[in-house]
Amino acid sequence: MQKVILKRLLQLIPTLLVVITFTFAATRLIPGDPVAAMLGEQYDATKVDALREELGLNDPIPVQFGHYLVDILHGDFGDSYYFNTSAMNMIKARLPNTLMLSVTSLCIAILVGVFFGVISARRQSSILDYALTVISLFGVSAPVFWVAIMMVLLFSVNLGWLPSFGMVTIAQGGFVEFLRHIALPCACLAVIPMGTFMRITRSSMIDSLGSDSVRALRARGVSEKSIVWKHALKNALPPILTVVGMQFAGCFAGAVLTENIFSWPGMGTMISSAIDNRDYSLIQATVLVVALAFVIINLITDILYMVINPKVAIDAENGGM
Amino acid sequence: MEEKVLNGSISKEAQAAMIRKERTANNAWHKFCRNKSAVVGLIIISLMILMGVLAPVLSPHDPNQINVLQTYLPPFSEGHILGTDDLGRDLLSRLLYGARMSIVVAIGATVLGGVVGILLGLISGYAGGVVDAVIMRIMDGMFAFPFILLSILLVTILGSGVFNVILAIGIGNVPRFARVVRSKVMVTKNEEFCNAERILGASSLRIMFSHILPNTVSEVVVYATLCVGSAIISEASLSFLGLGILIPTPSWGNILRGGRGCLTTAPHIATISGLLIFIAVIGFNLVGDGIRDVMDPKMKK
Repeated sequence: MQKVILKRLLQLIPTLLVVITFTFAATRLIPGDPVAAMLGEQYDATKVDALREELGLNDPIPVQFGHYLVDILHGDFGDSYYFNTSAMNMIKARLPNTLMLSVTSLCIAILVGVFFGVISARRQSSILDYALTVISLFGVSAPVFWVAIMMVLLFSVNLGWLPSFGMVTIAQGGFVEFLRHIALPCACLAVIPMGTFMRITRSSMIDSLGSDSVRALRARGVSEKSIVWKHALKNALPPILTVVGMQFAGCFAGAVLTENIFSWPGMGTMISSAIDNRDYSLIQATVLVVALAFVIINLITDILYMVINPKVAIDAENGGM
Repeated sequence: MEEKVLNGSISKEAQAAMIRKERTANNAWHKFCRNKSAVVGLIIISLMILMGVLAPVLSPHDPNQINVLQTYLPPFSEGHILGTDDLGRDLLSRLLYGARMSIVVAIGATVLGGVVGILLGLISGYAGGVVDAVIMRIMDGMFAFPFILLSILLVTILGSGVFNVILAIGIGNVPRFARVVRSKVMVTKNEEFCNAERILGASSLRIMFSHILPNTVSEVVVYATLCVGSAIISEASLSFLGLGILIPTPSWGNILRGGRGCLTTAPHIATISGLLIFIAVIGFNLVGDGIRDVMDPKMKK
């Protein structure tokens, strides 16, 4: 297995290089002048030249790329043009809030999604199964920002139960206030991955409940509860686990869209204000950091998957992948 | 393929072949029609396309006609069935033209991403070796970007506008298509009929395009349908963030953006525009699932 993990780590290098090249290319090679975009309405020929020189945009492209690569290796992801501070510092300040939101949502989505997926699989073709299938379809199709707006409309504007914006830490306002503030953003972020987990759990559980091992357990008189929740679910887990990494990415991207609606002080609100301020270097840095983080998250999921399911590693060693 | 025309009438064999072909097509269509949810999806998509195509005919008002005396009218007001927005523009007309924008962007982005992705997947899967490794590592790298962030970055730099939004969303679709096609090509290229073609001296290009490519159609069609759905959401997301299609040009995303600002005074604007996006995406997802069930019965569970 070590060999496979090592191989996977080596594969990481070209992927990371591509990610970096892509953010570089996106800002330097495609038509559209980043400097003009940054200056926006204050467009002024002398300013443009000065800024171009300052950002090193007058150097040949390979030289620029070299600088970019060296800076990144030093942990320098560029500066926010608007706030005049290092982009990395801004990201560091915002990242924990977004992580808190997306991880909580992901956990809720997994628990609820898997639970209802199992129920749906057990009562295949019943009305309940049908209803749950429709709900999961709604879940995967809903635009997350619209769900967010509708929740604000229902729970904050009409019912007045929950606050519609802001974040309160436990230290600031106690546990209840913290929950009240995180409830709405979390609920709407959980909707989409919940649908996916429900769908995958359902189909994987149907396979697993029909397997010979489950039939054998039934013949031995093991209780239905134990068969479903212990044995069958365990066998149904691998396909569910494979999507966790991608769903996490989805939650994170969803946070970018919904944080703005709930004024949650995370990366999403940072990106939207960067968009409004035309602070393109901050956007570039954020996108790069997030992409790099995802490459690593995917790597970790892959390795975990191999640990849980050694057969995958053996297959990979024998020429697969 | 070999329709022999003899004295103006078609030979018996060719006739039989045509009937067979028709039957399989009919069979697939029947299977699709038996799937009720897929039919619902098809109806939704057709309605959406009709809305977009017939927007100039169906719209009761000019979508950009401003009337400051009639702002924030609620639905079912006289002359404005769905009410008006912050500038007194007719919401129904704007939504109809918005449908047009969503279709153009979503289909444009899918076609763009599809064509480039299919080509790359075809080359990668067929060539194998170094070419495959290089292309797939590049695809992996692109895949690492969360879709919406990649589009945000691209649109910020490209600037807003229909074509740029199509380009930004389309680029994000490339690695997805490439992966789907590649895996199918890798299986197909070693099948007997491909080997036979090779022995007969067919060129690689010919094998790739006239023999392997048609075999990837079912995967591509299913994937493309689902892709149109997600492209609708992407366009709406970008416009919602104020990046994609900019006002005054109506798009579902920017109407929703406008509606968000007046949730208390005119909640119907955000509700209806978002609901349309939601229903359209459901439509494409249902049809995508339906086609998959027809094409690959093994997947149906």
